[in-house]
Amino acid sequence: MMGFISALPGAISQGLIWGIMAIGVYITFKILDIADLTVDGSFCTGGAVFVVLFTGGHNVWVALVAAILAGMLAGLVTGVLHTLCGIPAILAGILTQLGLWSVNIAIMGMKATVAINVTTPELLDKLLVSLRFVRDAVTGVRPFYRHPIIVVGLFTVVLIALLYWFFGTEQGSALRATGSNHNMARAQGINTNYSIVLGLIISNGLVALSGCLLAQYNSACEINMGRGAIVIGLAAVIIGEVLFSKIFHNFALKLLSVALGAIIYYIVLQAVLATGLNANYLKLLSAVVVAIFLAASYWKSKYTRKKFRPSDIGKIGGESDA
Amino acid sequence: MLEVKHIYKTFNPGTINEKTALRDVSLRLEEGEFVTVIGGNGAGKSTLLNAVAGTWPVDAGSISIDGVDVTGMSEHKRAKYIGRVFQDPMMGTAASMQIEENLALAARRGKRRTLRPGITRAEREGYVERLKILDLGLEDRLTARVGLLSGGQRQALTLLMATLIKPKLLLLDEHTAALDPKTAAKVLDATERIIAKDNLTTLMITHNMKDAIAHGNRLIMLYEGRIVIDVAGEEKKNLTVEQLLSLFSKVSGSDEADDTLLLS
Repeated sequence: MMGFISALPGAISQGLIWGIMAIGVYITFKILDIADLTVDGSFCTGGAVFVVLFTGGHNVWVALVAAILAGMLAGLVTGVLHTLCGIPAILAGILTQLGLWSVNIAIMGMKATVAINVTTPELLDKLLVSLRFVRDAVTGVRPFYRHPIIVVGLFTVVLIALLYWFFGTEQGSALRATGSNHNMARAQGINTNYSIVLGLIISNGLVALSGCLLAQYNSACEINMGRGAIVIGLAAVIIGEVLFSKIFHNFALKLLSVALGAIIYYIVLQAVLATGLNANYLKLLSAVVVAIFLAASYWKSKYTRKKFRPSDIGKIGGESDA
Repeated sequence: MLEVKHIYKTFNPGTINEKTALRDVSLRLEEGEFVTVIGGNGAGKSTLLNAVAGTWPVDAGSISIDGVDVTGMSEHKRAKYIGRVFQDPMMGTAASMQIEENLALAARRGKRRTLRPGITRAEREGYVERLKILDLGLEDRLTARVGLLSGGQRQALTLLMATLIKPKLLLLDEHTAALDPKTAAKVLDATERIIAKDNLTTLMITHNMKDAIAHGNRLIMLYEGRIVIDVAGEEKKNLTVEQLLSLFSKVSGSDEADDTLLLS
């Protein structure tokens, strides 16, 4: 139990980092209505680009922006494969993801793991987040505002604010319309292909940022770090929806609920690990949990009906033309 | 306003499902003409409308709207000139978005989508006024999600969206066919009012011969991908369903009209 509680700050930090990726998944899965599997690859791309540039002596922010851009490029590739080449979205994502494995390992100089040497205090201090900061911020070695929960929390808030603004603009609205009904979107003069590509670019930019933050947190990038990312993202989206959809209606709050979903996912994960389960079973556990939740929401709409009351007839849908 | 010249369209060419839907169709609409389109199932009515809207490219021929050749133009680019209402009430609106958001999207048809706000306060007030035209009480539900509306309400909203910015051409694809008779009459009535108010050039497909005669100032009938009847003016005004049917059997050389057309 003590182990679980002491692991909580770390779990919340990691949950927040994965939450940024989950927000990216939300954009494709919920807003664009596309299951984009690129994320399993672009997550690692973000980490790889960051670690290579950072250890190469570049400024942390330069490396971070480059990581985001690399992720966006991956999204662009999937988008072009899907829209211009007519490949189904899922397959387009799988193709990009597969190709990215080679690209990622090439970025990392044909090594499966590249580490940031955090034994150098100056180098460690330059990082935005690190799992070492979790303890350091508590013991007073570092100021409290360097705690990963605060740093990544700030990232999340800024990103949600940006996305809230964007999806309220003309272009953002066009993107939402594309996901909601592409026939309608085209009839209203919206270039749906452009919207889809733009959505995939934004989404994978966020995913790469998340990968870049996780690489910093672990002070290493590993070729398989993105494996199953899409499932974690979906889990966060679903958990957020199940727990908060009744109270959160505003778009910004919906994005927040995705981030909270990711945190809860990681806390549950820690709890499961605290029971002594072999960590190798976690992926199976994640897959089963997501499958159950997806199935549950399908069954719910299929088999449950609202309680039928004859007196309701005529009240449904409007006055004269229900 | 609309100039369709010798267009052809064949679906699934070279396969067992090959179907030539349009054969050498030419049609010219003057500004302000309201043309009703009738024909049996598979006669090519919807194909003609989709060809004009740009859902897919035609095999041959050309289409121009207001002097602009749109033959090779993509669907979303053509939307600049065209307002559309589909047969399926679910197709013309974004269900997960609010009534006002749908209207705001329509208000930007044919314009570049920028990073300016997707909807402004001033617009909202305008939408309230517009929604009152429909007389469905939607003006009090601006922020309701469209998915909560009935089919009739959604179709009426789509009609409003299609005409929010005056289109060069309004395409109505059996837009009342999926509605119950009472609602259909209401939507048709709103259609008539909006077209008259803005003097819109319109192509309206209908399954109902009475409607086809009662509305518009010109009537065309399609049969096997060709325009076989084209009446306008006084002749159209005085038309009866019986006359139309006998006209059709004469042109098509068969009596099958009774089966395919009288059903409605």
